[in-house]
Amino acid sequence: MTSAFNSHAEMLRVRDLHAFYGESHILHGIDLEVARGECVTLLGRNGSGRSTTLKSILGLVGRRSGSIMVNGREVISEATHRMAHHGIGYVPEERAIFASLSAEENLMLPPPVASGGMSVDEIYGMFPNLKERRNSPGTKLSGGEQQMLAMARVLRTGAKLLLLDEITEGLAPVIVRKLGEVITELKARGFTIVLVEQNFRFAAPLADRHYVLEHGEIIATIPQAELAGRMDWLHQTLGV
Amino acid sequence: MEIFGVPSALFGSQLLIGLINGSFYAILSLGLAIIFGLLNIINFAHGAQYMMGAFVAWIALTKFGVNYWAALLLSPLLVGALGVLLERTMLRKLYKLDHLYGLLLTFGLALIFEGIFRDQYGISGQSYEVPELLQGGVNLGFMFMPIYRGWVVVAALAVCFGTWFMIEKTKLGAYLRAGTENPQIVQALGINVPLLITFTYGYGVALAAFAGVLAAPVYQVNPQMGSNLIIVVFAVVVIGGMGSIMGSILTGLGLGLIEGLTRVFYPPASAVVVFFIMVIVLLVRPAGLFGKTA
Repeated sequence: MTSAFNSHAEMLRVRDLHAFYGESHILHGIDLEVARGECVTLLGRNGSGRSTTLKSILGLVGRRSGSIMVNGREVISEATHRMAHHGIGYVPEERAIFASLSAEENLMLPPPVASGGMSVDEIYGMFPNLKERRNSPGTKLSGGEQQMLAMARVLRTGAKLLLLDEITEGLAPVIVRKLGEVITELKARGFTIVLVEQNFRFAAPLADRHYVLEHGEIIATIPQAELAGRMDWLHQTLGV
Repeated sequence: MEIFGVPSALFGSQLLIGLINGSFYAILSLGLAIIFGLLNIINFAHGAQYMMGAFVAWIALTKFGVNYWAALLLSPLLVGALGVLLERTMLRKLYKLDHLYGLLLTFGLALIFEGIFRDQYGISGQSYEVPELLQGGVNLGFMFMPIYRGWVVVAALAVCFGTWFMIEKTKLGAYLRAGTENPQIVQALGINVPLLITFTYGYGVALAAFAGVLAAPVYQVNPQMGSNLIIVVFAVVVIGGMGSIMGSILTGLGLGLIEGLTRVFYPPASAVVVFFIMVIVLLVRPAGLFGKTA
């Protein structure tokens, strides 16, 4: 489904995206597009600009230029808090679970942005641990529970485009497997997913396409079908 | 009747004065703590805003015949609106800088506000009459309590605990708590943080103005009333620590009472006891009694 793009199916289109923190120029013209219902990964070494790409889409960098279209609408000049209302759900690398809020308050924090969000019951069905721990302070949850909470938090709002930053980082294999199942289910439910992953083995079977970044640029786009043939090159590039 | 060798009436009345002062400390340090939490700005104009709250009530009464009860609502709204304006036009530009810049700006504003009122009304105090409904006093058996003073304590505590409830138990409060921890992520989750900040500053300022109206009949309304009080309130904030809402309230009340007790047992120390405690707390627990050590 690489080149089968048409404007109706397009959820996210980024063109010539540059991003800066103060004087440092981090992204040097990123181009990427994600079709509705697609799952793509951003691969690359540390510091290649994967997380910054997600942050730039949300306006969480110092300065950015270029074009960001969400559902066919140009959004680059909009304030950060407006981005969620275009249907973007962000799971930051640091998870950002709030210590002064209970788990359930964390879950209920983001305002609904569109209809069709998952109900609290559905979410607790998907993450039973969160139900058990709903009255605990958010940061008293285990790392895995916090990660699930950070995901659950944006599933409730009706966001259809999920930007997930390093969701498996530092988690036990059993939790990583659970997160893999969750991503598979979210794909089946029609969510569009952009996955920044260090754990290539986790991301490879889930994604439809892989973008490879280096020094703030996209150096390759690999469709899932071609993945097997380019494994050696990828291993070399990513240093895994 | 005596308590620890002190006549109970004296003991009681000093304790009541301590409680009243403590109520003002609580309401003012609460506002400072909320503002600092979200804006990262030490609002040095807080004392001036308290003073303006009192002056607005006094001007409203003497020039426009607006009574105390209306002023209790009107003055915080008006002074709070001025706070909103300051936030939108000035403070907003300082959030990315060091705390010190916000402190300097608000300190400058405080001097300007006080200067304006001094120029207009002089430094001699204006008196504000206790509203009719709250005149007189009641004999509690061990002491005589002016009704207005009791009302100050009740009203200040009601506002403090109402604010605590709003912050700890409501959705708006959840936004505020989350925003205090990580405003960027809260914004990325779709919450209008700039608006939340404006509202928070306006609310903190309105709290100061509310305290000012409460204070008008107790103390004299004069341009210096805020700067005298605010130094003690900053000491209260340092002792309590910036991190906790309930901490600010309890520390404020507690220190007011301690001051009152000191006035009974060793009057010369009453003006410095708060600072003495501040020094000890800073040495033993630099983040304050309720503050979270980073």
